[in-house]
This record gives sequence, C-alpha cells and structure tokens, in this order.
Amino acid sequence: MNDDLVKFNNLAIKIRAHALCMTHKANASHIGTSLSIADILAVLYESILHVDPKRPTWPDRDRFILSKGHGCAALYAVLAERGFFAKEWLETYCQDGSHLAGHITSHGVPGAEVSTGSLGHGLPIGCGMALAGKHDSQPHRVFVLLSDGECDEGSTWEAVLFAPHHHLDNLTAIIDYNKIQSFGTVKEVLDLEPLAGKWRVFGWAVQEIDGHDYTQIENALKGIPFELGKPSCIIAHTTKGKGVSFMENQLAWHYKSPNDEQLRQALAELGVPE
Amino acid sequence: MRTTFIHTLIDCARANERIWLLVGDLGYSVVEPFREEFPDRFINVGVAEQNMTGIATGLALSGKIVFTYSIANFPTLRCLEQIRNDVCYHRANVKIVAVGGGFAYSAQGMTHHATEDLAIMRALPNMTVVAPGDPVETALATRAIIEWPGPCYMRLGKAQEPVVHKTSPDFQIGKAIVVRDGSDVTLIATGGILFNTVQAADELAQQGIQARVLSMHTLKPLDTEAVLAAAQQTKAIITVEEHSLIGGLGSAVAEVLAELSNSHTTFRRIGIKDEFCQQVGSQEYLRGIYGLSVDSIADAIKSLVGRGIAP
Repeated sequence: MNDDLVKFNNLAIKIRAHALCMTHKANASHIGTSLSIADILAVLYESILHVDPKRPTWPDRDRFILSKGHGCAALYAVLAERGFFAKEWLETYCQDGSHLAGHITSHGVPGAEVSTGSLGHGLPIGCGMALAGKHDSQPHRVFVLLSDGECDEGSTWEAVLFAPHHHLDNLTAIIDYNKIQSFGTVKEVLDLEPLAGKWRVFGWAVQEIDGHDYTQIENALKGIPFELGKPSCIIAHTTKGKGVSFMENQLAWHYKSPNDEQLRQALAELGVPE
Repeated sequence: MRTTFIHTLIDCARANERIWLLVGDLGYSVVEPFREEFPDRFINVGVAEQNMTGIATGLALSGKIVFTYSIANFPTLRCLEQIRNDVCYHRANVKIVAVGGGFAYSAQGMTHHATEDLAIMRALPNMTVVAPGDPVETALATRAIIEWPGPCYMRLGKAQEPVVHKTSPDFQIGKAIVVRDGSDVTLIATGGILFNTVQAADELAQQGIQARVLSMHTLKPLDTEAVLAAAQQTKAIITVEEHSLIGGLGSAVAEVLAELSNSHTTFRRIGIKDEFCQQVGSQEYLRGIYGLSVDSIADAIKSLVGRGIAP
C-alpha cells in the first residue's frame, strides 16, 4: 500500500472502531450504515474536503451534508479524528446531556454542516448551497452523501431534476448503495435499478465505484466535476456492515447494537485493541 | 395583497442584494417584475415545494434572505417537514409566503382553502407567523420580516383587498395595531378578515356599542400585552379569523386569557368550525357560512348585549 492508502485505511479503521464503541455504549441502532460509509468518509476527510477544524465556519469551506443522518456515528468519529471537537465527546454519543444525537445534528457540533435524520432532505439543501456558491462565484464545492433507501423519497428526485437544469457542477451526490434499506433489501422493497441510468438520464454525470476501494473512491472524488456544467453522481457500491464479518449484509444490524462479546469480536477483526 | 407584496419586495431587493425569491411554478401575472429585474435572484423551481424549501434553506445558510412563494397550502403543508427540520431547526433566514389565506381561492375548492396554516405554522419552534390585515399592512409586514432574523411565515389574501388603514400605522412584529378604540368590547382580527371586522365595529357603533378593533397581524409572537389590556379595559374579547377554530388566533388569545388568575372577561371565537368546507361560492359567500360576514360578526357581538357586556 502506498502512503495515502495506509492513511485512508488507518482513518477508516478508527472510524469503524469509534462507531462500534459508540453504538455499543449507547445501545444505539444503525451500526451497519456507519460501517458502509467509513471508507468514503476516510477519503473525503483525509484528502478531498477543504475544511479547517480550527475554522469550522470558514466561508470557503467545502460543504459536506450527510443526508443519511442515521449514519452519524461514523461522521462524528471522523470529525473528532480530524480535530473538530474532542474525541471524548464520542463517549457521550446519545447520552444524557450530550452534543451528539443519534441523527447528525449541526447544533453545537463543529464541522457538522446541517442536521438531518428524515430522509430526502440533504440533496435539496445541497442544491441551495451550490446555487449560492455559483451565484457568488465562490470556490467551494458541495458534497451530499445519500443512502440508497432515500432514493425512494420524492424530494430526492425533485432535487435530482433540479441540479442539472441549473448546471450545478459544484455539487456532488454520493450514494451509499449498500443494497439494504430499513426493512428489506432494495431489490425487494423498491428496486432502484438501473440506478446509474436513472441519474444519467436526469442529466447527471455518473461514475460507479467500489465504495470500499480507496483508489477508486479517491480517483472519483478527485475527478469531479466529471463533466463541466453537470452535477456529479458517484454511485458507491458498498456492503452494509463492512469490516465486521457477522454484520456484513445483515438487515438486523440496521437495528441491533453489539453486546460486549460482539464488540470484542468486531474490534478484534479490525485489529484494534479494546 | 400579492401585488403589494411583490412591489415591496422588489423595492427591498434593489437595496439588499441578499434577497432571493423562489416560486413553485406559480405567480403568473404577479412575480414577473421581480424576475425581470433580478433574474439571477429568482428561481422557478418547478412544481416541487419540498425541493423549493430545501433549496431555500441551503441558500439561507449561505447568507441569503430567501422568500418562497406559492398559493394556499402548497408552500406550507406540502413541505411541512422541510419547514420544520430544514428551515426552523436551523433558524434559516427563509420567509414563506402563501397567497390565498382562508377562503381567498374560494370556488377553487377545499384543496385551495388555507384554513389550518396558521395553527400549524404557529406550532413550529423558531417560526414567526404574520398575517397582515390589508395592503398597507402587507407592505409594512414584508419590510418587517426582511429585517426580522430567522424563519417567518406570511399569510396573504389574494388580490384587491380593501384598504383598512387610511394612514400608515406603526407596524412592529409582535405588536398589535389598534385600528379603532372602544371601551365596551374588543374585536381581535388577523389577516384579511380585518376589513369585515372593522365594518362590523362601525355597525355596532351605530347601535351604541363601542368596539375596540385590534389587528393582530402577528400571531406569533403574540402581543399578550394587548390582549391583557383588552381584558382589563373592555368587557369582552371576540377573536375573528378566517381559519379553523383549532390552533389559530382564537386559540392563541384563549391561551393567554386562560392563564390569567382573575379574568372574568367574556370570550368568544369566530372562525371556521372543525370541518372541510364543501360549499362552492365566492369568498364572501363562504365567509358568511362560517359567521365571518360583516353582519354575522356584528350579530355575534350583539348577542352578548344584555349580559352586562355592552350597554
């Protein structure tokens, strides 16, 4: 592995370990969805996003919106690792008096751009930020990370229609396509295929990648906009629960929280001492 | 009111380049002058109110003052969760404007009657709720909400509403306007039904009943002082609203009165009972069905005569 890949891998392991410990301690849900985005977040925060932990509201920062707000444990983890706030905060996740709620909240959490939790809200907000950026000739870019399940939402498709019409090539949608939504597989519940084709015919420049391959993630994110004048869509094929063998591709881990033994085993698989 | 609104907005947008206007594919013959003068700050987002509200939030979080505009329930109920989570939770500087408050789109039917909007918008934390009573108040309210930080909802009538205020009143968000004074009863109105309320007060005056009329153009934050003064200085309070009796002006005033320890004020609410209006007709026709015509309002006050309320 080259140095960058080692860095991505190290950060991703930390994100996964934090998310597992946070979910375990809080007896919280959604560990599977945090694990599926860990590698994407590692690359974003290690080498793509122009953000500054010392100036979280710096006007020229890139905007990152976690539209799938239930994946927040992973985002809190990467924000803490990047120094936006103290790592000790992670131990308070979902606890009484904590800053860190079980869906991403920007209130009192430096580095978290907007609060989400109900699906289908992030891409419209991202369109607004991208419009403002274009209008004001600002250099920053807007990234929105969506779940596959939230591609069921009509509001997502309203924004999918809107962004190409307004040539928002400073906007990138990343879809965490782990193929399992809240109450079944995507295929069973409401099949999205052909997903890339749908975004393409709506006017987006689309790339499909392996969402756990750091080189592919980085190459895609460094290649935006894929086409001038078009918003970019990265369909990241991922595995729900990625990195913990007994959680991978299991719907149950959308809801379950690891017990003590499961946490030990999961951390051992990641090679992280408890 | 809608024409007054857009001309005022244009005037403000000339001086303040942070002002944007988003519409949900409505506004024909109204918003075109804004589009022509500020094409880069006007967007017709299409028939997509959820997206409109999310976009408005994104723009507002980028420093803009963003108006969203559509008719009846489209800019409010259709995208209620975007208003709650995106606009209100983030205290985004978004001003939601609905044209067609109450029965303004009368014969267009139930879908176009905005009759629960005030209650629902009022329930949202961080939301300021304004319903100007005439075109004069509309211009003043438009300017006021631009200066007022954070989320606002402004309910307008439609077109050709009569002018109530002969001169420009002192308009402050959260402060009721005393349209006429009186010592017997107080009529509190919000929105375009103010005109009928003032007419009813004139009718009552001819019969020796002196009614104070308050334009409660801001439903939230409510001017509790004006309500308390009315409770102390007059013998009855009657609220008048072109809106459901649940959760609107009458409820807001009742909440204030109910918490008074020693209030003996007689209190009545005039508004739309808890049902969908299934009648077809003009705005005045529908108002009449729900006791909101001039005569009905006056009659409701007269019915209090003889109970020690009025002479």
